[in-house]
Amino acid sequence: MLGEGILKGLGETARNFAGSFVSAERLTTVQYPEERIAPIEATRDFPFLVYDGTDWEAGMRCVACQICEKECPPKCIYIVKSTDKKPDALGKPQIYPARFDIDISVCMSCQICVEVCPFEAIKMDTEFELSTADRFGGLLYDKKELSKSNEHFHKIHPTEAAEVDARLAEEKVKADAKAKAAATAAAAKAAAAPVAAKPASPPASSVVPAPEGEKKG
Amino acid sequence: MSTSGFVQEKDKHEGWNRPPLIEPDGEGELLEVAMGPHHPSTHGVFRMYVALDGERVIRLKPVFGYLHRNHEKLAEGMSYLASMPFTDRLDYICPLTNNWAYALAVEKLTGQEVPERAEYLRVILGELTRVVNHASAIGFLIQEMGASGTPLMYAFREREKILDLFEALTGARMMVNYMRFGGCRVDATPAWLDGVRKVLAGLPQFADEFERLLRGNEILMARTQGVGILRPELAVNAGITGPMLRASGVNYDIRKVDSYGIYNRFKFRVPLGDHGDIYDRFMIRLLEMRESFGILEQALKDIPAGPIMDPKAKLRGFRPKPGEAYGRIEAPKGELGFYLISDGGPNPYRYRIRPPSLINLTVLEDMCLGSNVADVVLIFGSVDIVLGEVDR
Repeated sequence: MLGEGILKGLGETARNFAGSFVSAERLTTVQYPEERIAPIEATRDFPFLVYDGTDWEAGMRCVACQICEKECPPKCIYIVKSTDKKPDALGKPQIYPARFDIDISVCMSCQICVEVCPFEAIKMDTEFELSTADRFGGLLYDKKELSKSNEHFHKIHPTEAAEVDARLAEEKVKADAKAKAAATAAAAKAAAAPVAAKPASPPASSVVPAPEGEKKG
Repeated sequence: MSTSGFVQEKDKHEGWNRPPLIEPDGEGELLEVAMGPHHPSTHGVFRMYVALDGERVIRLKPVFGYLHRNHEKLAEGMSYLASMPFTDRLDYICPLTNNWAYALAVEKLTGQEVPERAEYLRVILGELTRVVNHASAIGFLIQEMGASGTPLMYAFREREKILDLFEALTGARMMVNYMRFGGCRVDATPAWLDGVRKVLAGLPQFADEFERLLRGNEILMARTQGVGILRPELAVNAGITGPMLRASGVNYDIRKVDSYGIYNRFKFRVPLGDHGDIYDRFMIRLLEMRESFGILEQALKDIPAGPIMDPKAKLRGFRPKPGEAYGRIEAPKGELGFYLISDGGPNPYRYRIRPPSLINLTVLEDMCLGSNVADVVLIFGSVDIVLGEVDR
């Protein structure tokens, strides 16, 4: 019969239409600003800089190695290295970024900066309501705006953050062991050396990190 | 190049690249119409100059390049890794297959092995992508016929579920940047695999529903059967691949022919059409979706535990030996290939993409000649292109 196929199709539409009133599965639309769907944990959008502790400047993990700047596909990261060194969260003197800007309007959320970072210093955020009226400065984030605490990272990506923390702790244990070994070797060398006055300053500096590390670990 | 509105009798061949394949009936003037680049029915920014004799299409000239992004040249200036997120943006409906093809080419170039689990993950994601692509391609095709939204929304409802899976695994719905040279970026959790099983359980029902909604529809049949016929000889000569080629009855599926990855382990059939018209292309996509469900079931059953990255693989700073490699896969739209030449540096010396959309579009004029102008949009839709891949 001509028109049978159309009627069958209309029947299907009617079934879906009626179903959307009774079945939650058929009702997929969410009225966005008032209602929100549950966030998915792996979601990413723009990068942020992780800091340990409470002070963003003192605890910043970034050491301005500029690998992310080099690997960034759309080249949206701008880093200026500092000329001096500042103690990082572990108390070790490190170069820090004098300037660290990310142009969010250029960033394409590809996560490559996160993958290449050897210091776990840059991670992906989930904040997406970032619209601004200032189209030049408003989307160019400096290091203060980019800095977010490790607690924030734990809040948005708990699984990944736990892995990162475990990895960092492991590295720290290794580094401590190494520093300790170096310290004992230096001490042994100092003891073995016939002139006591001469090696006084170099071992002192290398001995310092070990007790510090023990305290934290 | 003549872009005048009316084509005069004396210069009607001017501006066209070849002599007319069919002659106008000789009465009245030809009317040259520019469809696009912002025509609501084109999938992106694409322009067609159509010369009409009444309603009949006498000539058709595609004009593309409006979305050119210099992707190939850019890739020569950046590391192998940095091009990976840009491949997502080629065919943005199915980014995971683009990732896969590029990863395959680099793996051939560097000789990296992909672990079992990563291969299975690639197959699962690739087939989910095929479902997404075919469902939305059919939806768009029907929408171009005038069914304003209903089939497309049904397709997008299912697509949404699959995109949620993509997001849960890769972190992004579309711009996934997931595959790496020698494996995949993050491992799938058992919960994610259960999620895939759950979505997959609902998909055959969706395909049934979709088929009931459309297959027997008399309007759809009247508009698509016998329209836009692509002959198998022309399809083979023009290098057409994918569902377009198979709808013309040519049995060529790279998953079978090349069996890249682990496709030789799965049992699936290659649906073939025998008319090569729009209806066949539509049906081929429906049938391929069903075959994909089968592959997904098998892959989810057999997926082994283990690493997902080649331990020798380096993320950055590697320099492949001088040489060349061509990695190709059966993307949902056809053969997607990446051709790379290395001169031993950290960047590719030459980076070339063989996009299925562009090559499938080359026969647009041959399919449209002689048909009504209203069918041009439909034929164009049945090619299933994404302009991001055509222009690159």
